[in-house]
Amino acid sequence: MTYSVRSATVRFGSAMALDDVTVEVPAGSVVAVVGGDGAGKSTLLRTLAGEVSPDHGTVQAPPRQRLGYLPASAGSWAALTVTQNIDFVAGIYGLAGDELAARRAELLDRAGLTSAAGRLAAQLSGGMRRKLGFIMAIAHRPDLLILDEPSTGVDPVSRIDLWRLASEAAASGAAVLMSTTYLDEAERAAHLVVLDRGRVLVQGSYDQVRAGFAGALTQADQPVRAEWCWRRGRVLHEYWPLGDPSAGTTIAPDLEDIVIALSLARRNAVPS
Amino acid sequence: MTGVLLRAAHVTRRFGAFTAVDDVSMGVHPGEVVGLLGANGAGKTTLIRMLLGLIAVTSGRVELLGGPPDRERRRRLGYVPQGLGLYGDLTVRENLSFSARAYGTAEPALPPELTGQADVLVRKLPLGAQRQVAFLAALAHAPDVLVLDEPTSGVDALARAALWDTIRAQAERGTGVLVTTHYMQEAQQCDRLLLMSEGRLVAEGSEADIIGSTTAVAVRTGDWARAFAALAAAGAPVMLAGRAIRVANADPAELAEALRAAGIEASLQPVPATIEERMLMLSRQARAS
Repeated sequence: MTYSVRSATVRFGSAMALDDVTVEVPAGSVVAVVGGDGAGKSTLLRTLAGEVSPDHGTVQAPPRQRLGYLPASAGSWAALTVTQNIDFVAGIYGLAGDELAARRAELLDRAGLTSAAGRLAAQLSGGMRRKLGFIMAIAHRPDLLILDEPSTGVDPVSRIDLWRLASEAAASGAAVLMSTTYLDEAERAAHLVVLDRGRVLVQGSYDQVRAGFAGALTQADQPVRAEWCWRRGRVLHEYWPLGDPSAGTTIAPDLEDIVIALSLARRNAVPS
Repeated sequence: MTGVLLRAAHVTRRFGAFTAVDDVSMGVHPGEVVGLLGANGAGKTTLIRMLLGLIAVTSGRVELLGGPPDRERRRRLGYVPQGLGLYGDLTVRENLSFSARAYGTAEPALPPELTGQADVLVRKLPLGAQRQVAFLAALAHAPDVLVLDEPTSGVDALARAALWDTIRAQAERGTGVLVTTHYMQEAQQCDRLLLMSEGRLVAEGSEADIIGSTTAVAVRTGDWARAFAALAAAGAPVMLAGRAIRVANADPAELAEALRAAGIEASLQPVPATIEERMLMLSRQARAS
């Protein structure tokens, strides 16, 4: 089973939030959407979740009760305990009694939250709260799991827990679509989609994205063309779309470089 | 400007029975960018709030520009908190004018990207533009010390590179910068790193100093999700770097055994550890002690 958003265009008033975007999410794999604030990540996720109707294009998603969705906001109720939060949401999906108790214990254990079960959500750290939101989204074993920035502001150690939970969900057959601002996380996904101002800048596996990168990247202390440069630590990287560097040492780009280079190519070609 | 701009000497802060910061000593010098790393709850923000004079120390001493962080010294400080510290119900111009007057300096000119937004309410701007405004407000008075709490959280790669350009330009004109981040690629842009865990400063120095002699084992396999689950179940400190499974400070023979027991074929190779792995190791040690 593959869920999808095809040729989707979404307008909010005069603002174009998504512009002809196609993304497929096959069962059993993790698809990562990267981009900054305003790139269209949340709109794409909400379109697949059925929270936003596209102006054009089609959406293929499971029925609502087979969908799990962690919104970018809290995703839990601050005044309820961890256990109450899980029981409330799982109850909506019909889990009760021993089945609920067993599922709750299993999820708390996998998320490392067992000792926090009686705590109010308001008293959890940011990382713990995102993990709680995650297990609430997954409690009913959805076919499609949509996670909106589960790891933003979460420390690297808790981010690893979140990735383990997401990969376990995929390994047990769910289709997982998650957004992130961390490029190293996107590398980890089977398929990554880079969004920029509502459009797909590039998508594919990490290897495909790297192989498809056209042009050359150089490293130097002094830029030749300031509008094609960005800083990486103490040195500058410069992008040559036609692959004809006139100065600097040619280097292999990482995903961060590729995303910046493609964003620059779009900015420098299309004045906003 | 010479000497230490920002200094903590044996600083401790307790909240009731909880010790948020435990005997931390550190300093920031002119022209350097110091990265402050640690898990959520490690004590980073509490340490920063003491250095800025926003909360009192329980014991120890903090110095800003050679003395206590009083109002006069704080005029020479620029601070961008995690929540950005802007007034959402004021326009861009009103925010900048307010902070310029508070610091007794001229209102900064808007960069080209923001010129059309001068009269827009800050809460109506996208996050990336709000961050730009917060930076402008913090930098208008040419501070000697700049403190940034997760300055690039949530912005795209291009905007992040631009913000780092600004940070580097400040350091080059002699400002000392203290920056917290969860983004390891960003930590690599710092001149020096401080690593906190459970309230204590557990490592300090360059990336290489912090990693020290820690090594890791890279696990290559066709099915990383299953291998990851098997190794985690065996209690190994498993990490992911991109798609590669890595285990810090591990015995390859033990890992091979755990994978064999789960019926997973994989090749194992010793590699240098990353900062994240060193963080995981140190936070496990700090929690155990």
